[in-house]
Amino acid sequence: MTSTTGGRTAATTVNGVGTSPARPDGTRKVRGEFAYSSDLWHEDMLWGATLRSPYPHARVTGVDIAAAVAVPGVYAVLTHDDVPGLNRYGLEHPDQPVLADDVVRYRGEPVAVVAADHPETAQRAVKLIDVTYDVLDPVTDAEEAVRGDVAAVHPGGNVVRHAAIRRGEQASQADVVVTGRYEVGMQDQAFLGPESGLAVPDGSGGVDLYVATQWLHVDQQQIVAALGVSPEQVRLTLAGVGGAFGGREDLSMQIHASLLALYTGNPVKMVYNREESFYGHVHRHPATMYYEHGATRDGRLVYVTARIYLDGGAYASSTGAVVGNAATLGVGPYDVPNVRIDCWGTYTNNPPCGAMRGFGAVQAAFGYESQMDKLAAACGLSPTEVRRRNAMCEGTVMPTGQTVDSAAPVAELLDRLDAMPLPSGPSRDAGVADLRSLPGGVSNTTHGEGVVRGVGYAVGIKNICFSEGFDDYSTARVRLAAVGGEPAVTVQTAAAEVGQGLVTILQQIVRTELGVDQVTILPAGTSIGSAGSTSASRQSYMTGGAVRAAALKVRGALLSHAATTLSRTAAELHLDGGKLASAADGVLADLVDVLGEAEFDETVEWRHRPTEALDPETGQGNAHVQYGFAAHRAVVDVDVELGLVKVVSLDCVQDVGKALNPQAVVGQIQGGSAQGLGLALMEEIRTDGGVIRNPSFTDYLIPTVLDMPPMNIEVLELADPHAPYGLRGVGEPPTISSTPAIVAAIRAATGKELLRVPVRPDHLI
Amino acid sequence: MEFVRPDSLQEALATKAERPGAVPIAGGTDVMVELNYDHRRPEALLDLTRIAELATWSASGGYVRLGAGVPYTRLIDELGDTLPGLAMASRTVGSPQIRNRGTVGGNLGAASPAGDTHPVLLAVGAEIELASARGVRRIPATDFYTGVKRSVLEPDELITAVLLPVAGTAAEQFSKIGTRNAMVIAVCSLGLVLRDGRAGVAIGSAAPTPRRVSGAEEFLAAELPWDDDAPLPDSLKRRFAELVAAATEPIDDVRGTADYRTHALGVLARRTLTWAWDDYRGSVRACA
Repeated sequence: MTSTTGGRTAATTVNGVGTSPARPDGTRKVRGEFAYSSDLWHEDMLWGATLRSPYPHARVTGVDIAAAVAVPGVYAVLTHDDVPGLNRYGLEHPDQPVLADDVVRYRGEPVAVVAADHPETAQRAVKLIDVTYDVLDPVTDAEEAVRGDVAAVHPGGNVVRHAAIRRGEQASQADVVVTGRYEVGMQDQAFLGPESGLAVPDGSGGVDLYVATQWLHVDQQQIVAALGVSPEQVRLTLAGVGGAFGGREDLSMQIHASLLALYTGNPVKMVYNREESFYGHVHRHPATMYYEHGATRDGRLVYVTARIYLDGGAYASSTGAVVGNAATLGVGPYDVPNVRIDCWGTYTNNPPCGAMRGFGAVQAAFGYESQMDKLAAACGLSPTEVRRRNAMCEGTVMPTGQTVDSAAPVAELLDRLDAMPLPSGPSRDAGVADLRSLPGGVSNTTHGEGVVRGVGYAVGIKNICFSEGFDDYSTARVRLAAVGGEPAVTVQTAAAEVGQGLVTILQQIVRTELGVDQVTILPAGTSIGSAGSTSASRQSYMTGGAVRAAALKVRGALLSHAATTLSRTAAELHLDGGKLASAADGVLADLVDVLGEAEFDETVEWRHRPTEALDPETGQGNAHVQYGFAAHRAVVDVDVELGLVKVVSLDCVQDVGKALNPQAVVGQIQGGSAQGLGLALMEEIRTDGGVIRNPSFTDYLIPTVLDMPPMNIEVLELADPHAPYGLRGVGEPPTISSTPAIVAAIRAATGKELLRVPVRPDHLI
Repeated sequence: MEFVRPDSLQEALATKAERPGAVPIAGGTDVMVELNYDHRRPEALLDLTRIAELATWSASGGYVRLGAGVPYTRLIDELGDTLPGLAMASRTVGSPQIRNRGTVGGNLGAASPAGDTHPVLLAVGAEIELASARGVRRIPATDFYTGVKRSVLEPDELITAVLLPVAGTAAEQFSKIGTRNAMVIAVCSLGLVLRDGRAGVAIGSAAPTPRRVSGAEEFLAAELPWDDDAPLPDSLKRRFAELVAAATEPIDDVRGTADYRTHALGVLARRTLTWAWDDYRGSVRACA
């Protein structure tokens, strides 16, 4: 956009930070033309398939592949004997076999892989592999696992991590004491794009892998170790990712496809089907939590004591970090002088659990927010008042001893929620109401009979970026040159776009810093340094920060160059709308002319300020770099005779520091809230003796458009001075408070205690 | 696997006689799921979508003859007023995409105890038309279901149509419990019809087969104040609910508990009777 003012031309950069330009991949996705990882294809490609353990715990006593190998069209049948490098991988501990050797520890654990010229042939061959098992008793109870009452799932025992937080008095007394035991079921990420990828051998012992993942470089490290090759021999490129939510942090088919490709010399594609996907990725840790809150009669917290058990399942995955979050964030967004929290992450023979949006903070929030409502009732306060009286703010000291050093507007979030209008009351006018507005929807279960309304509130807290002393960085390369008579920028990072819109944000950042409209985000791959994971609500902060830093270096070099060309000082020049300008004289030149044949190319490795490890005895330490906050108010109509629930409204206020892309921010809040609604009402992987009973979207239910209400959303922008543009990570906080707010509303409607999520109809009658 | 595409019913029946293992497929919303998950590997699929007569319906003599291949969406759009109970059940099937493809014939072919249309077919007294190269027979819906996902359908037979009475002054209700507000398999369901002094009552997902509740039907026929324009006494609704609940033979599964199913069907019985009675009185008055 160029406008003329007072005879001088001023240019303005459009579609920069703070606006909501269209996603570069948006149209293709909406039209069904976007290539996801499951759409990959290669000449002479083979299809991989995986044989999985039918038992949650068994000793493998024999594997006979002869019949499978004999099937025409089968190129390879590989077992653990064929893993050339380390037959172990894992995000925090390499404890998971690439292919099972002596013991299988969960139902669905890979035992062998097959490559064939047709997916059907591969599946048939899988069925012909004869594995003999000596079935063992599964360990399925996390508390028993911690107590050591049961067999050790791994040689070192069943505790993956115990985190202890000790602050203030450890034997406090209080006038009002409320206690509760709470449970959170195993939620699934339920991304729509199944695990899939294509491994292409390079003919000299290396492989190019195209895969949907969250963190290319950590995939690469684990693949390299298993294949026993050098890092340069395993090159990853991000394929189209159909959702992640944490479920793609761990490896799925990456090593298997690479092994098969190197063994056969052919490209190998693997795609899980929906059922296999439920076995092929980690889930949210189920939790059992014992809370005790002590407070004064006027509802001011004196102490919180908690014991939290997180079931990590068969392998460690990211259990240690999840434990760290649940422990350090275990009292919620409140100022509590005396804290004693113990949190354990365990091994069992349940499905492995690891990263999922909210990452430990979700489970704890159901506990502490349920407790805050109990405390409100015990003190005769409203749910918002009890929270306001204890709300943390900037300057509050966390249970870890860390002082919160940027905005923590907990009370303001609640005030704003309270000020939002409530929806009109439930319709009891039989025959008039639209069935879709009632519990049960068009299933026609009520015309208003039995419907009772309830309102509930919750606030949550989440750490943003990686914590506990992790060296968290991202790498970005920004290159500016004239292309076809226009200034054009290319941006290269290894950051995974998983649907959240990072590709749009990175374009916006470059436009703002360089005043260039044409910005191309190159495919993400390991040809550049790590960007860290697309998780912990960190990519806008970290890769956004890295791209900004690289763009600023480009700008510095460019302005020096332009200063010479234009006989000015670099300090008086700025870039805007494809022009070079000075404050005094307006536009001086077109950027494309100044660029000429020059090229500015900068790569930056960018870090957030360092964090510290927690003291192992006391849990003290500046463990987190930034905190994010969101609050929800849920209004529900409950059919109290049938136990069916319609969420009528789910309003949210969240501080995002700076909305780089306001539309994407709202999208994150809507999506996160919906995922929280799912956990409140329906989303659970049900297991029996370690076996998943509902590995399908027929029986693992996620909310539909008739379950998720329209939302009123208020976005606050209280800048964090430590973060790029003042931004605060957006993706996870709305998932955290949504669940307890909905359950609180159901409690208000039914008077039921509701100590477990998801709340099922039979809990309500 | 072979994909056989007959152009006529006659050809389809001949194929089915020769190859009883061929699995008929219309919308594919059940069959394709089974194939994709490898739960079933039939020697052949018998595609019924080219047989035009299966995708038509006609009305005469107070009955609708609904072709087995008419998709739910068309049934809802074209027969919503004529067959309101079946349309209500059809609206609860899957998603819009599934309703565009899925058919009542397919629901019957699968014969799942959780199939959405079964309680309505039982309650209205529908007949199922089965055809083979040997001839055509009509089976009352009550006699169709023989066990979990089993029916009287012979290996050489195809389901060709369903015959249902036009609702007219009858009041029809269908109600289904699911653990989300759309696109969900029934935890339990109930169909209810009030017509000319008689009642039809049937339940789904609460026994090994969809099941008519004869005791409750007889109770309503005898006890409803058919000629009296008054609301129903609570005691009558309660007794009806008890009779429906007593007819359940549910299981605990991942979708719900047996106790919940029985409880919920009692509630649905009470509510649907109230609605149906209001509708019935209204439509009888309107015709008087």
